[in-house]
Amino acid sequence: MLHNVIILCLGMISVAMLLNLLRLFKGPDLPDRVLALDTLYVNAIAMIILMGLLLRSNLYFEAALLIAVMGFVGTVAVAKYLLRGDIIE
Amino acid sequence: METAIEWLVAALLLLGSLFALIGSFGLFKLPDFYMRLHGPTKATTLGVGSLVLASMIYFSTTGEVGLHELLITLFLFITAPTSACMLAKAAMQVHAARVERTRGEPWEQ
Amino acid sequence: MNAPGKWFPHPWLSLLLLGVWQLLVNDLSAGSLIMGAILGWVIPLLTHAFWPDPPKLHRPWVLVRFVFRVLGDILFANFEVAKLILGASSRLQPAFVVYPLELRNEFGIGVLATTISLTPGTVSADVSEDHRTLLIHGLDVPDEQELIDTIKQRYEKPLIEVFECSTT
Repeated sequence: MLHNVIILCLGMISVAMLLNLLRLFKGPDLPDRVLALDTLYVNAIAMIILMGLLLRSNLYFEAALLIAVMGFVGTVAVAKYLLRGDIIE
Repeated sequence: METAIEWLVAALLLLGSLFALIGSFGLFKLPDFYMRLHGPTKATTLGVGSLVLASMIYFSTTGEVGLHELLITLFLFITAPTSACMLAKAAMQVHAARVERTRGEPWEQ
Repeated sequence: MNAPGKWFPHPWLSLLLLGVWQLLVNDLSAGSLIMGAILGWVIPLLTHAFWPDPPKLHRPWVLVRFVFRVLGDILFANFEVAKLILGASSRLQPAFVVYPLELRNEFGIGVLATTISLTPGTVSADVSEDHRTLLIHGLDVPDEQELIDTIKQRYEKPLIEVFECSTT
C-alpha cells in the first residue's frame, strides 16, 4: 500500500513543480521568478525525501539538507541583488 | 501494529504532498506578487515538514532510529520567513504590481 | 565581566549548537559529544562580534508554551490559507498593515516577525529603520485593527515577557 501512496505523492509533487515552472516562465516581475525558483527547490527537497522512502535508503537525507542550505543562500543572494544591485556591500 | 504505523505514514505523506500542491497552486493562481508570497511560505513549508515527519517515523520502524531529518524541518521553518521578507523588500524596491483593492501602502525606504 | 560570561558569552547558543551537532552526526557517542561541546564553546567566542545585543531569557517556560502555541497555530493557519487559496481569489481582501511594536529587543523583534510570517494569512514584509513598526501583508484582512489586536495579545505579550524584564 505504502508503495502506491508514495507513487501518488510523487505525482502530486510533480504537478506542483509544473505549476512552479509555469509561474517561472510567466511571472511578470523578477521577484515572482525568484519566488518560483525558491518554491521549486523546496519541492525538490520533498521529492528527494519521497525517493528516499521509495528506495528505502537513508542516504538521501544529506542531499536534501544540502539543497535546503544552498537554496536558501541562493534565494537570499538574488533577493539582495534585486534590493541593492549588489550582493556584498 | 505495523499496519497502524503504515497508515500513519501514508496519511502524513498524503497530507504533506497535498499542502505542497496547494502552495504551488496558490503561487500559480493568485493575482499579485504579495499574495503569491503566502502560498510557498506557509503551505509548502508545512508540506515538506509533514513529509519529513513521515520519513522519520518510517525509518524508525526499520531500526535506524534517527532524529536528524528534523534538521531539514527546523532549517526550513527558520529560513522560509527570512527569504519571504527579503523577497517582499525586493518587490517593494522594484515596485511590483499589486491588485487595486489592496488597502494600505508598501513602504519606500 | 565575570568568568562564565567571558568563557560562555552565549550559553543558549552553545546549547543549540551542541544539539544541532548531535542531530547532524546522528550518533550518540563520547567522541561526537566532545566535538559538539568544543564547537559549542568555540563558535560563540569567534562570532561574539556579530551579536551586539545577546538575548536574555527571563522566563524560559513562557517561551516553551509560546513555541507549542505557535506550532498549533501553524497547523491551523495552513488549513485557513489552503481554504483561502482554493476559494475564489476575487473575494480576498489583501492589505498592508502597519503594526506598532512594543518590543524593543532586536532578537525578540526577529522572533515576532518570523512568527507572523508562519501564522494565519500574514507575511511580515519590512521593519522600519528605527525598529518601531512592522509592515505586514495580509492575504485576507476584513479588519486591520482586529488583526493588530490579535497579534498583540497572542504573540507579542508572551515575547515581551520572555525577552524583556517587564515590570507589569
